[in-house]
Amino acid sequence: MTRLFNEKLQFWGYRRSDGRVGVRNHVLILPTITCATQTAQRVTELVSGTVTFIHQHGCAQVGTDYDQTARTYAGMGMNPNVYGVIVLGLGCETHQAHRIGDEIAKCGKPVQTVSIQEHGGTLQTIAEVAKIAVKMVQDASMVQRELCDFSELIVGTECGGSDACSGLSANPAVGRTSDMLVEQGGTAILAETTELIGAEHLLANRAAHDSVAKKAYAVIKMMENRSIQMGVDIRTGNPSPGNIEGGLSSLEEKSLGAATKSGTSRLEEVIDYAQRPTKKGLVWMDTPGHDIEQLTGMVAGGAQIVLFTSGRGTPTGSPIAPVIKISTNTPMFERMNENMDLDAGTIVDGKETVGEVGGRIMKEIQAVANGKLTKAEILKQHDFGIWRIGPTF
Amino acid sequence: MSEYKTLFLNEKDSVAMALSDIPAGAQVTVKAEEREICVKILEPIRFGHKFAVRAIPQGDDIIKYGEVIGAAVVPIDVGEHVHVHNLEGKRGRGDKVV
Repeated sequence: MTRLFNEKLQFWGYRRSDGRVGVRNHVLILPTITCATQTAQRVTELVSGTVTFIHQHGCAQVGTDYDQTARTYAGMGMNPNVYGVIVLGLGCETHQAHRIGDEIAKCGKPVQTVSIQEHGGTLQTIAEVAKIAVKMVQDASMVQRELCDFSELIVGTECGGSDACSGLSANPAVGRTSDMLVEQGGTAILAETTELIGAEHLLANRAAHDSVAKKAYAVIKMMENRSIQMGVDIRTGNPSPGNIEGGLSSLEEKSLGAATKSGTSRLEEVIDYAQRPTKKGLVWMDTPGHDIEQLTGMVAGGAQIVLFTSGRGTPTGSPIAPVIKISTNTPMFERMNENMDLDAGTIVDGKETVGEVGGRIMKEIQAVANGKLTKAEILKQHDFGIWRIGPTF
Repeated sequence: MSEYKTLFLNEKDSVAMALSDIPAGAQVTVKAEEREICVKILEPIRFGHKFAVRAIPQGDDIIKYGEVIGAAVVPIDVGEHVHVHNLEGKRGRGDKVV
């Protein structure tokens, strides 16, 4: 087979004590409960080098829904783009800060836990967390980047605000990039199970083992059954009004375009939401099609960088992982230029091939891994959303 | 002969895509691998939208990328716009469960 990329690619990354490599060096203030998110936000306004996220979860959750939220929090903290974590709780919540903190600490990075109730309220807690953060940020700044192989990278892929060009330009180009990453020994995550409904047979045919193919069909069936059990047409939510405006008529049509992001590599495994891949190569993470929930799942699963294609345009970003946004058409790339990083509309116009754009995306991954800021990072687009799979009690 | 760009993805497909806005009445040439299909466009087709390259009877599957993207809810003529008004997805149809 001809090599897709003629050189072995490397980047300058931050090697963590568990051996994984980050492309960023954040101190994360991680609120395990919605009641602590405002306090966490105040600290990030005071202390440069810290990031956090707003959410509405962490209490009155049970069973697999509790577990999935806990796994997501811990995964965010363990992501190698994070140098150290201050886990912030209120005190009485179901998702106890110290439990999440203990889980993150297993990977060996600096972790401290603070509770608002124990520290006598908002202002004392802000002061306490800020003091810890000042030291952690300075310690983080002493870490030097070192030369690492692309095999250390886990790159998430997703599409959002799709149009009819998505399946022709940006998604196949990301598919080519995905193949190049796999060839370099790295890992590419395919997600959004909802948007693979109608294309699952194409992926199952590429499964490394029967068990992988079976799980691919199983997660599709579970996702499809959710709409069937609700007695609704899935099209009332997906494709979205913007997708339909852009020319997509059904979920199957959208899925067949979305699946091209996976390239042609063998499907190594199907993993749960926010789970870390156990294999390198192409893996499928079971997430919904919701842009922010799938992004969060992949980043919690350890993705250091995410590729995000869009036809309609999107500001999306993550607090800890750079998101490289790729337009499917040139007019949108020009219209929303402060949000979009690369243009794949050149494929529609016949100016570039899918392979050429795929190679350009690889080069951008390298630049961003080395420290080039993405548009979403510059605009402080710190999106976070957990895929909840149970009711709040 | 055609001034309007179109894209035909797979020989099995019953639809092609407009890569520019196409007005009603335009004659377009859709390039397949080994042949050319001439289609008279019956209604305006916007960039990114689909039109039928062959007649599709009511209830038949509609094919794009060589795969099923839904079914025709009414008979569709060559050159007609194919979209949510005459194409229905077949998957995730909780509304069809009795």
